[in-house]
Amino acid sequence: MSNKIDEAQARQVAKLSRLDLTDDEIKRFSGDLSSILEYIEKLDELNTDSVEPLAHCLPVHNVFRADVPKESLTAEQAVANAPERYDNYFKVPKVLDDNSGA
Amino acid sequence: MLELSCRQLRDDIAAGRVKSVDAVEAVFAQIEKHEQTIGAFVSTFKDIALEKARSVDAKIAAGEKVGLLAGVPVAIKDNMCTSFGATTCASKILENFHAPYDAGVVEKLNAADAVIVGKCNMDEFAMGSSTENSGLKQTVNPWDNSKVPGGSSGGSAAAVAGRMCFASLGSDTGGSIRQPASFCGVVGLKPTYGRVSRYGLVAYGSSLDQIGPFGRDVGDAALMMNVIAGHDERDSTSVGADIAPVADCLVDLDKPVEGLKIAVVPQFNAGASDEVQAAITAALEAYKGMGAEIVEIEMPHIDYAIAAYYVIATAEASSNLARYDGVHYGHRTADPKDYFEVYSKSRAEAFGDEVKRRIMLGTYVLSSGYYDAYYLKALKVRNLIRGDFTAAFEKADCIMMPVSPTTAFGIGEKTDDPMQMYLADIYTIAANLAGVPGVSVPCGFDSGNMPIGLQIFTPAFTEDKLLRIARMYEKEHQWHTKVP
Repeated sequence: MSNKIDEAQARQVAKLSRLDLTDDEIKRFSGDLSSILEYIEKLDELNTDSVEPLAHCLPVHNVFRADVPKESLTAEQAVANAPERYDNYFKVPKVLDDNSGA
Repeated sequence: MLELSCRQLRDDIAAGRVKSVDAVEAVFAQIEKHEQTIGAFVSTFKDIALEKARSVDAKIAAGEKVGLLAGVPVAIKDNMCTSFGATTCASKILENFHAPYDAGVVEKLNAADAVIVGKCNMDEFAMGSSTENSGLKQTVNPWDNSKVPGGSSGGSAAAVAGRMCFASLGSDTGGSIRQPASFCGVVGLKPTYGRVSRYGLVAYGSSLDQIGPFGRDVGDAALMMNVIAGHDERDSTSVGADIAPVADCLVDLDKPVEGLKIAVVPQFNAGASDEVQAAITAALEAYKGMGAEIVEIEMPHIDYAIAAYYVIATAEASSNLARYDGVHYGHRTADPKDYFEVYSKSRAEAFGDEVKRRIMLGTYVLSSGYYDAYYLKALKVRNLIRGDFTAAFEKADCIMMPVSPTTAFGIGEKTDDPMQMYLADIYTIAANLAGVPGVSVPCGFDSGNMPIGLQIFTPAFTEDKLLRIARMYEKEHQWHTKVP
């Protein structure tokens, strides 16, 4: 059976998904996704030319509130779960390398 | 004491006949006896619960007014944020996450003077139908420990069935309250989308997720609903009284619906196992005996609900789960060589297979070139599915069908083939796409003594009527009084 999603495509989707997958996972997921997508194509049996898309079922749309400051989390609470922090900042590895000229 | 309903226990506690502390002790004795086997909880909070129980008892002794769940031990699914303990979503990525605030429903439980005894196991990020996708532990069915409790709110259902709490909360994105309720022989209600605040509920599929109660009987589900329903300005999709006032689900619960018309879809019943079919047929006969009229209808688009769901839910999930980036909270990989690896390795190390699969699928259906073919198409089919419900409710007060084609399946039976697991959700998934409320109410047992659930749907924002219809049956049959 030819897969709808081959391993190269699966690798691309994994990259977009920010998932560093092993070769074994790529292989498995390309098979899984292919059979799920094959099932999903069942939707094409229905003619939906004159049907509006329905994103949610509520009779409400944009909900606004007055732009007034309210009590919120403290900086300490906001960073308390950070894997790495420096004072009240989130600490991350360098984003640009030293030769980037930035 | 463990066999009391929440209503009875609450009244006994409020009247000073029973101490909340004793109810909490009784629940923890039960947890200590059975939790090792059942595995319903990710975490329990004996000290916090006892302290809360003492404060409720003191309030009562001082003659103060107490809430609707005064002193009643309850549990919640571990995807609802609590300012105490961890909120894990049964995922390694959140294993050590301590939320800095309480979810809206947790505030409501607190305001009702409930005592939260623990947080329940689930499929990781609520993705699954058996709780086997938990990244932290296994939960088994209290009726047969070789069977799954259902999912994704399997721990919440098992805790109620196993008498390890008096009621609980779960969340339902495609059947995750109703199916485990059915598998564990308890009552499970998925409210209308927008009826209960999702503030502080860890998001999976935001246009589908809804929090709802598990109770041992319909009355306890109604009581829990009275506590948690209502508008919350911190959830812009929660609906205010201007659109749909919150109805009291308890006040008329015992009043039968006069001239009840029940819609059934014949081929749905035919799609279930013989024993499930027989139980549903018997339940419909029972309603006829109470004077109800059965109307046979078609819902031609429900057959497409699973396909539409796995596009919409995974698309929303891929976006919602982008927040797990190894930066703000949650797991971070040990030695990233650059910022990209902070994301990709942290996520790959800590998400389980099903979560990865759904993120991948959702990312794919939203990616350029596929958006119209999959995502937009699924949203259009969603509209057709909602139309099936609207048309059905023009002909009848409610729709009835099985919750699941089978009773609880064996642990490991469906884990090798994700499609097999997905297809078992055929009867529950459409209600989330249409936003309507649905309940699972016990309606018998199969030859292996496993519970069977009857599923009932009513139009949006009519939970009070839905529960009255469920109660009509429960009053006559008493399946819910059987204990594992």
